[in-house]
Amino acid sequence: MTKLSNIRNFSIVAHIDHGKSTLADRLIQSTGTVADRDMEAQLLDTMDIEKERGITIKANSVRIEYKAKDGETYILNLIDTPGHVDFAYEVSRSMRAVEGSLLVVDASQGVEAQTLANVYHALDADHEIVPVLNKIDLPAAEPEQVCEQIEDVIGIDASDAVHISAKTGIGIPDVLEAIVTRLPAPEGERDAPLKAMLVDSWYDSYLGVVVLVRIIDGVLKKGDKIKMINTGALYPVDRIGVFRPGMEVIDELGPGEMGFLTASIKQVRDTRVGDTITHEKKGCTEALPGFKPSQPVVFCGLFPVDSAEFEDLRNAIEKLSLNDASFSSEMETSAALGFGFRCGFLGLLHLEVIRDRLEREYNIDLITTAPSVIYNIHMRDGSMVELHNPADMPDLTHVDHLEEPRIKATILVPDEYLGDVLKLCQDRRGIQEDLTYAGSRAMVVYDLPLNEVVFDFYDRLKSVTKGYASFDYVMTGYREDRLVKMQIMVNDEPVDALSTMVHTDRAEARGRAMVEKLKDLIPRHMFKIPIQAAIGGRIIARETLSAMRKDVTAKCYGGDATRKKKLLEKQKKGKKKMRQFGKVDIPQEAFISALKMDG
Amino acid sequence: MLEDWQHGGFGVYVHWPFCQSKCPYCDFNSHVSANVDQKRWFSAFLSEIERTVVGLEGRQLSSIYFGGGTPSLMEPWLVEGILDALKSKFLIANDIEITLEANPTSVEAGRFQAYHDAGVNRVSMGIQALNVPDLKRLGRLHSVNEGQDAFDTARHIFDRVSFDLIYARQDQTLDQWRSELKQALAMSVDHLSLYQLTIEPGTAFGDRFSKGGLAGLPSEDLGADMYELTQELCEAAGMPAYETSNHAAVGSESRHNLVYWNSGDYLGLGPGAHGRITQYGHRIATETHLAPGKWLDAVENSGSGESLSRKQDGFEAQEEALMMGLRLRSGIDEVRFEQVLNTKVEKIQGLKEIGMLETANGFLRTTEQGRPVLNAILRELLAG
Repeated sequence: MTKLSNIRNFSIVAHIDHGKSTLADRLIQSTGTVADRDMEAQLLDTMDIEKERGITIKANSVRIEYKAKDGETYILNLIDTPGHVDFAYEVSRSMRAVEGSLLVVDASQGVEAQTLANVYHALDADHEIVPVLNKIDLPAAEPEQVCEQIEDVIGIDASDAVHISAKTGIGIPDVLEAIVTRLPAPEGERDAPLKAMLVDSWYDSYLGVVVLVRIIDGVLKKGDKIKMINTGALYPVDRIGVFRPGMEVIDELGPGEMGFLTASIKQVRDTRVGDTITHEKKGCTEALPGFKPSQPVVFCGLFPVDSAEFEDLRNAIEKLSLNDASFSSEMETSAALGFGFRCGFLGLLHLEVIRDRLEREYNIDLITTAPSVIYNIHMRDGSMVELHNPADMPDLTHVDHLEEPRIKATILVPDEYLGDVLKLCQDRRGIQEDLTYAGSRAMVVYDLPLNEVVFDFYDRLKSVTKGYASFDYVMTGYREDRLVKMQIMVNDEPVDALSTMVHTDRAEARGRAMVEKLKDLIPRHMFKIPIQAAIGGRIIARETLSAMRKDVTAKCYGGDATRKKKLLEKQKKGKKKMRQFGKVDIPQEAFISALKMDG
Repeated sequence: MLEDWQHGGFGVYVHWPFCQSKCPYCDFNSHVSANVDQKRWFSAFLSEIERTVVGLEGRQLSSIYFGGGTPSLMEPWLVEGILDALKSKFLIANDIEITLEANPTSVEAGRFQAYHDAGVNRVSMGIQALNVPDLKRLGRLHSVNEGQDAFDTARHIFDRVSFDLIYARQDQTLDQWRSELKQALAMSVDHLSLYQLTIEPGTAFGDRFSKGGLAGLPSEDLGADMYELTQELCEAAGMPAYETSNHAAVGSESRHNLVYWNSGDYLGLGPGAHGRITQYGHRIATETHLAPGKWLDAVENSGSGESLSRKQDGFEAQEEALMMGLRLRSGIDEVRFEQVLNTKVEKIQGLKEIGMLETANGFLRTTEQGRPVLNAILRELLAG
């Protein structure tokens, strides 16, 4: 049990690559929480994908003991939050679980859009914020300008920003002192009924579901019967502990503390981020504000390349669902691709992470169909249906109009690339809402259709700005527009997996781009193959892939038979990476590549 | 009743792995070595003949082929010695074909008469090109005139002479190939092998190509145009293609190579030589050590140069027969290979529908349209 005044709970807000993980590692290391020999980079990112991409998907916490200059020993609970827009809700919950934030900004790069979005979450949660300028030792560091920018763009005082280099360790003691002296201690009542926030949860194969909690009021002990207020589920607690960063079992968690509990919970689905945990008897009655069940916004089909792997895919998806309540799946049948799943995700990153994990951890080759957002279809009879898959588009004669989701996108970009960014947003049917300058960087705000962004917008943005732009968005609502379903026909057969919803004005250009792409992506066959884009029965674009003319091996004598056989075996494997549509083999990567727009 | 292999005949392949220099396009098992102890090699070949003929004695031998490398670097007594040994083991067909691959240099032409006297009755010459710049690019050591002279010597000594040309070379135009091929047809005797240049990994050309070098190679379309032109001109000159890259006057086909394409039996002697031998109802695939030194050591020290001997099951052997046999203009016997063909009825039907395959006189064969895209056809049939 720690005195409230000796606890500090905080998060680190930073743009990707600005040094969040390195700073966290350094804090853990310099306080002796982890022995030097056990240090590895990005201690808090446990998944391979997190380490590899330098992103955080799951919230995580670590308890650090720090003896401050005032002679007192403090318990510092660092919560590592996901930083990506896809996980905005999870970020906002994590922020509510702590009282302060370190705002880490790369002194050579300045504030980025993602920093901005997350700092707003912190401000929303009434955080005390300590600005930290990282990479101060780089020749390109411009601390004064960056401080000015923090004040201009974010509106917080940066005059006493801590200057550090997380890489070399410069300024780390100052950060620890700033946490203790400048961030507030938590408040809470030990004697009040238990009120704790479910910050995040994940599946551990030994312990079952592990729940990350922040105690607001009351005391949580092993053996307590707890209740989740929003789901109503009841569990006996079998383990309580903290992360240092390895799991360490303790007897109880009191007000202001963070830690974990396990309670024989079988599925992550039974725990909801943001839910309130209390005691079954004499519990608190009021839930913490802001809880909402997660809603997928992007959908796509996942099909095994080898249809014999469908059962493997089903098992893999079930296992992943155990650890990710935000990802939805239902079985889907496609005329072209056979059996698979229609899956819903919080965003594109989430989609990629899940797909990567299925391919890597479960070793299944997947065909991913065009990502789609949810369209609202208003029928002539006044009813409304949600369209998750363009292939399910109802007969147009029954449709009155369609609505599509829109977002508010914030982009920060150096001056010189502004024109390219405006053009990109314009091309994607964006409506400019705001354009302001902070130093030599522009901040543009656009109202954009989500479906123009879900696919390759971020890639395009990075490429037109050479990686200097940063981008974030929030969903704003639905708006009516003239949208149609575009079909692709290969060798006169419709390939449902390539169907997409497009805006009428852009259908032709989009169709032409897709058939041209497909012409390059599909290998030549023994016969010529027409590739067409159509809306309803009307062909809007057509290309013809000419027949292969010559591929025969020039020499094949006695000694070549074995080698030639091996080549055919290799081709057999290559063919497995293709899907057959009628007589045409389409490579698996074509389904996604065909949708990428170069301009 | 005939054993199945007898439909294809029985041949012996002898590999001589040495060359004076390595050509940049060549991915055959060839090595440059200044000092080759031919007596030592002779003993090794004799030892391998003794080892491999066990159980085959008395078979009728329809062909012997000295390939390489450059077998025209073998001393004539060595060729004779190997032939004598083989003749003592097998029944020799009256019309046995004994071919030796030769480089068209004056040095080698000087040995032609001696090879003839040793029993060789056919030579296959690596002429490759009929102009100086291309010969240089292809790494050939002979000049145009030297090649012509060697060829003239050969045609006076041997009844049957074939030569190789490589087309679709760097910067070669369709017109250039037309005039070169016409010239070749005018000097041809009874057989021509016309290969499209193929860039193989592990060769000097392969290395240059993978580094972005070797500019001016023809596109698939130009390569196809050259192939079509080749068919047209050879056909008109009475030298139609009987196999993908091989052209002959009727009756002058290479009997030895037909053994491969018709799934006959063949013994492989020398380093890296492959064999297919039917014994006790099974077809056995054999290989020997690839590196000349290793092969020689193995033969001398352990009494066998063999590195692999594997029983093919009946279906595998038939699949191989399909792969090899469809290279022939005549195709493959539908009755002889019904085991494999019966498993591919639908695919064959599909390929017939798009005009790639046809049946004629009980043989399944490629159409004119299908011939140049045989790899795609085989992929469909065997890798589907």
